Amino acid sequence: MSDKFKNAPVLLKIKDLRIEGYSEETWVPIIKGVDLTLHRGEVMGLIGESGAGKSTIGAAAMGFARDGTRISSGSIEFDGMELTTASEGEKRALRGARIAYVAQSAAASFNPAHKIIDQHTEAPLHYRIQKRLAAQEDAMELYERLRLPNPKEIGFRYPHQVSGGQLQRAMTAMAMACRPDLIIFDEPTTALDVTTQIEVLAAIRDIVDQFNTAAIYITHDLAVVAQMADTIKVLLKGEEVEQAPTAEMLDNPQEEYTKSLWAVRSFQRPQKARPQGATPLVSVQHVDASYTGGDKVLDDVSFDIHEGMTVAVVGESGSGKSTTARVITGLLPPTQGGVMFKGEALPPSYKDRTKDQLRQAQMIYQMADTALNPKVRISEIIGRPAQFYSGLSGTKLKARVDELLDLIELEPSKYYNRYPPELSGGQKQRIGIARALAAEPSFIICDEVTSALDQLVAEGILKLLDRLQRELNLAYMFITHDLATVRSIADEVVVMQHGRVVEAGPKDVMFTPPHHPYTDLLLSSVPEMDPNWLTTLLEERGVDNVGEAADV
Amino acid sequence: MGDITKLIARRLGFGLLTLLVISIIIFFMVELLPGDIAEAVLGQGATPETVAALREQMGLNDPALVRYFSWLGGAVVGDFGNSIVTGARVTEVIGERFINTLFLAAYAAVIAVPFAVVLGIIVALLRNTLFDRVANVLTLTSISSPEFFLGYILILYLSVKTSMFPAIASLSSDMSFPELLHRTFLPALTLVLVVTAHMMRMTRAAIINLLASPYIEMARLKGTPPWRVIVRHALPNAWAPIINVIALNLAYLITGVVLVEVVFVYPGIGQALVDAVSKRDFPVVQACCLIFAATFILLNLAADVGAILTNPRLRHPK
Repeated sequence: MSDKFKNAPVLLKIKDLRIEGYSEETWVPIIKGVDLTLHRGEVMGLIGESGAGKSTIGAAAMGFARDGTRISSGSIEFDGMELTTASEGEKRALRGARIAYVAQSAAASFNPAHKIIDQHTEAPLHYRIQKRLAAQEDAMELYERLRLPNPKEIGFRYPHQVSGGQLQRAMTAMAMACRPDLIIFDEPTTALDVTTQIEVLAAIRDIVDQFNTAAIYITHDLAVVAQMADTIKVLLKGEEVEQAPTAEMLDNPQEEYTKSLWAVRSFQRPQKARPQGATPLVSVQHVDASYTGGDKVLDDVSFDIHEGMTVAVVGESGSGKSTTARVITGLLPPTQGGVMFKGEALPPSYKDRTKDQLRQAQMIYQMADTALNPKVRISEIIGRPAQFYSGLSGTKLKARVDELLDLIELEPSKYYNRYPPELSGGQKQRIGIARALAAEPSFIICDEVTSALDQLVAEGILKLLDRLQRELNLAYMFITHDLATVRSIADEVVVMQHGRVVEAGPKDVMFTPPHHPYTDLLLSSVPEMDPNWLTTLLEERGVDNVGEAADV
Repeated sequence: MGDITKLIARRLGFGLLTLLVISIIIFFMVELLPGDIAEAVLGQGATPETVAALREQMGLNDPALVRYFSWLGGAVVGDFGNSIVTGARVTEVIGERFINTLFLAAYAAVIAVPFAVVLGIIVALLRNTLFDRVANVLTLTSISSPEFFLGYILILYLSVKTSMFPAIASLSSDMSFPELLHRTFLPALTLVLVVTAHMMRMTRAAIINLLASPYIEMARLKGTPPWRVIVRHALPNAWAPIINVIALNLAYLITGVVLVEVVFVYPGIGQALVDAVSKRDFPVVQACCLIFAATFILLNLAADVGAILTNPRLRHPK
């Protein structure tokens, strides 16, 4: 417990909480006896990997069990009221009014059919705290405090008419509508770009301070939680690992697991330099591209990728990273310019490329879940490209699939006949890699391959990709918005913004000042473990020069 | 809004094109029927001379294509030719009957649509309770029973045994409106029973389908009461599939009423069609088919437009 809150009254007290989820016709434990004490005005960070039960505990703090889960034992006491035995009506009366919730994806959590402000005023009107006009004025004031542009007008738009970062702030404003005592923030910035994340973090911190609201801040990003929380609780598979005040937890973690979480960002492979005078393996030359009839999404994009090297392409969503990948693979023929492979021009459309040209460039996708057909056996997923490109069959094909499974460190006999849904996220991503390798490519495009994975798992994937690169002399184009990943594996970096290449060069040069202003904005926006990082950054930039606001 | 007008205009264009294709099919299918129309009309006593004379008179000696276009040209301005059997204009034969059918369909729809949607909302709210199951079983039973069977059951209980409503829905021009409603209540009720289940189940399914959405969870976590979660948060996003099923059922109310009209001796277009088919009165058959096709296309168009209008992304572009 942080000393600061020792004398503050206890707001939420969870004791020996156990929650079960219904799976394959039995109830399996998800939360295995967690205690939690939160004081008025305190912000507690819950961190852990996926499956740790962070969100489940967050929902339970509102007395809410998601469909297919149940609170099996323990007690949840909110301001003297026991939520596990309270009636639905009593719990409902707390929600929105005294405990509010901010969800991960504001875009999905605002109802597309209603205006933002009408959703904002729903709870205050329902609880008869305010009349409609007063509630609307209050909403506008909150929008202003959260530094949303046009606070008087923005609420009268529909959710799809507002950007993701603005929506996330509007959702925080909505949570504040009834001035609750407690807000549950469930990964509120995970879906945002780093530059946008900063303003949302700053806004959340300000408003929580101003109203002395207590909060549970759920995230898997340690650097983010370091900025937001007074206390940090680390969870693993439904159990508490340890809890300590933020500074203490960062400086001196006690448990091995926590230390391993802290150490994740340490993986780094040596940087390679371009071979002198060699022809680049892939050369993107002055490419313009647009989707049917639309505006240009790529504008004069050029960069080279040399054999055996990793080029990281970074930028915010909408900067044209993935579109560039589509141009290289021939899925989207460019309107201008072209792609050279080993000095030879590739036909613009994949339909006109030879089998050998096609095999050279393979892709690995962000969502292994959707990129693998759930109804097809692993052996066939990997075997099909081997069959298609190399004409293998029978025992030779089986030998090749076994070899590929060995390469990605999955035991062939165990995985050969299984289906994707039986595998974990990291294993699925490995299958995605094996499928790409089956074609025996010299170049692989990795599109955000680690962003959907937990840090430890992502680390494993990065190490695997690095080993494969050394063994098979592969070149990678690594599309990512995560600069920590760039730091650990890139040889060269290409920074993109609004469909243009802003800056490009070797990694060490790119990470050393002076930078292009946009690169600088990106780099300085990546949260650091220092708990004072956000405060310092905001002071440096000035409150109004944060994130999106800095662009305009 | 310009985009929506353009979209509607395009759908309308496609609708007309479909109708044109259907008109071709209707016309030439009748052509393909075995036997000669003139012989069929004249019956047993036909001599080659009278047949030839009739063929000449009916224009049957012209090439099929020429006849198709003259028929289509007439149909566009509402002239479907003359009945072969009675010689009366087709529009006179079916005009009034079509209006009767429309009236019965509207009567049934005014009851069935709100009833089905409200019932759908209620069972979605009370999903997996006894009420939900009973409502499901009852509506399923009513949709699975043939209409004539339902019709006779209603006649037995509401007409024969209790004399509350007349068993025969014959019309006369001097009836007052309440009397008309009373007289046609049983056929309307039969139709309501037939179409309700489909619409109700779709409303239920469309709403329940949305209950896993993050914005529904958000609404619950804001303390919104369950009925309000359904009516205000789920329903506005569920309209598209519901509207489609409503349109399909409305079309059925117009084109599928033959049995009900026969059971209640109701002078609608279905009866006319049955008569025309049995008497080989091809101009009437063609006209009926074309009207049915147009009804289907128009209602589907209306459903598409309705689905678009209930989508906020399309209604309020960025």
